[in-house]
Amino acid sequence: MRMMRTGFRSSALAAFALAFALIAIAAPVRAVELPALTGRVVDTAGMIDAATEAELTAKLAAFEQKSSDQIVVATIDSLDGEAIEPYANRLFRAWKLGQAGEDNGILLLVAKNDRRMRIEVGYGLEGTLTDLHSKLIIENTMVPAFRAGDFSRGIDKAVDDIIMVAEGNGEELQARAERNQPSQDSGFDWFVVLFGLLWATIFFGGFAMAILPRIFGRKIAPGRYTWLGMNFDFRNKGGSSSGSGGWSSGRSSGGGWSSGGGGFSGGGGSSGGGGSSGSW
Amino acid sequence: MRASTFPAFSRSRLWPAVVLLMLAPLLSACGYNTIPTAEENAKAAWSEVLNQYQRRADLIPNLVETVKGYASHEKEVLEGVVEARAKATQVTVTPETLSDPNAFKAFQDNQAQLTGALSRLLAVVENYPDLKANQNFLALQAQLEGTENRIAVARRDYIGAVRDYNLTLRTFPSVIWAKLWFTDAQPFQNFTVEQDKMDAPKVDFGTKSGG
Repeated sequence: MRMMRTGFRSSALAAFALAFALIAIAAPVRAVELPALTGRVVDTAGMIDAATEAELTAKLAAFEQKSSDQIVVATIDSLDGEAIEPYANRLFRAWKLGQAGEDNGILLLVAKNDRRMRIEVGYGLEGTLTDLHSKLIIENTMVPAFRAGDFSRGIDKAVDDIIMVAEGNGEELQARAERNQPSQDSGFDWFVVLFGLLWATIFFGGFAMAILPRIFGRKIAPGRYTWLGMNFDFRNKGGSSSGSGGWSSGRSSGGGWSSGGGGFSGGGGSSGGGGSSGSW
Repeated sequence: MRASTFPAFSRSRLWPAVVLLMLAPLLSACGYNTIPTAEENAKAAWSEVLNQYQRRADLIPNLVETVKGYASHEKEVLEGVVEARAKATQVTVTPETLSDPNAFKAFQDNQAQLTGALSRLLAVVENYPDLKANQNFLALQAQLEGTENRIAVARRDYIGAVRDYNLTLRTFPSVIWAKLWFTDAQPFQNFTVEQDKMDAPKVDFGTKSGG
């Protein structure tokens, strides 16, 4: 009996160990790593010279200030056999380019060894930077420069073209920038203030009602006070106390303008596969 | 009589009822909301799939007309595209019938046929340099490529959303709600990859003669 029990226990242990081992093996299956969003120009493949990179970063930051559109340039060494379209979409969604709800991000991706490039356009800009625009920018601007070996110039010119097209629809650009102004928070703040006030009134009102009349009120009988025209009765009636159940609410910070100061991160946008690809 | 029973009721029964009422929102923490949420997500993802397939169907008449202008004697291929488009637009799967395997299969087969007919057309176009240089055709081609890619993204999103939904119907704790409350919730159909796409691509450098 005892032997059997220990046998059972050890086999159960072995089963657990095996299960954990399997989990440990199964975990790192998804090995295709996406590069981190370190800035507006993520040059993992080292295709852009330093001067152009600094210039691009400044240009893209200025454009986001103006329009709230987030344009990011990325270069990678290899796609590891994946097609560039799903990779670009994955990268775009992982980086969350564009403002939340506006989806106004653009990703210019170059895969060096695969000799492929793609302009991936967020949902919100599909109507402005159409597939045809993307295709023309790739074919007429990027491909000739890339074939000549001048990657920096090709990417720089392509970014200029993208900005030109995005600016082309002036009214829409203005409206988009205004919708995503950082100062628009004031309206939202009022809501938070009102909500907080209401919540505090309900939550602390009970305490106030219990304490304040004793302090500020006029005593009319043992345990009875009148305050602000109301009568308060504090005589204990068989312990029928009312528990005040409350739940706290985490104050949401109200996502929005994400690219302040040194760090740069996506604003929460997404893409549905708009844009175009090409090769050189 | 009534007056005397009411206070008795309110004392002994009201507080538990109030407490239960206040606890009701906590139901969401034990999986009551997950099934409807996942179902709506899957339906929304399906609408996007339909939307992009429709967008492709809308591009085709223009494309066919443009190709006709340069390659009118490629009748067979052109008619194949028109026919496949007509068939594909006939079968639509509404979000309410997503659990019907037959309708879903018909939809998928018809769209796959249209994809095949379109790729044959684009292959034929390679023989007509004038057509390939035509601005109108270039624009249509860029749009078609973009739409095919959007279809791929929408399908991928749908596959993920349906996997999540079907999982909620079969996994703890939401399976309890599926059995108790959402008894009419059926798993949705998902896309299957055709056999020819599952085979690993064969690399042929033309070393074998004939082929």
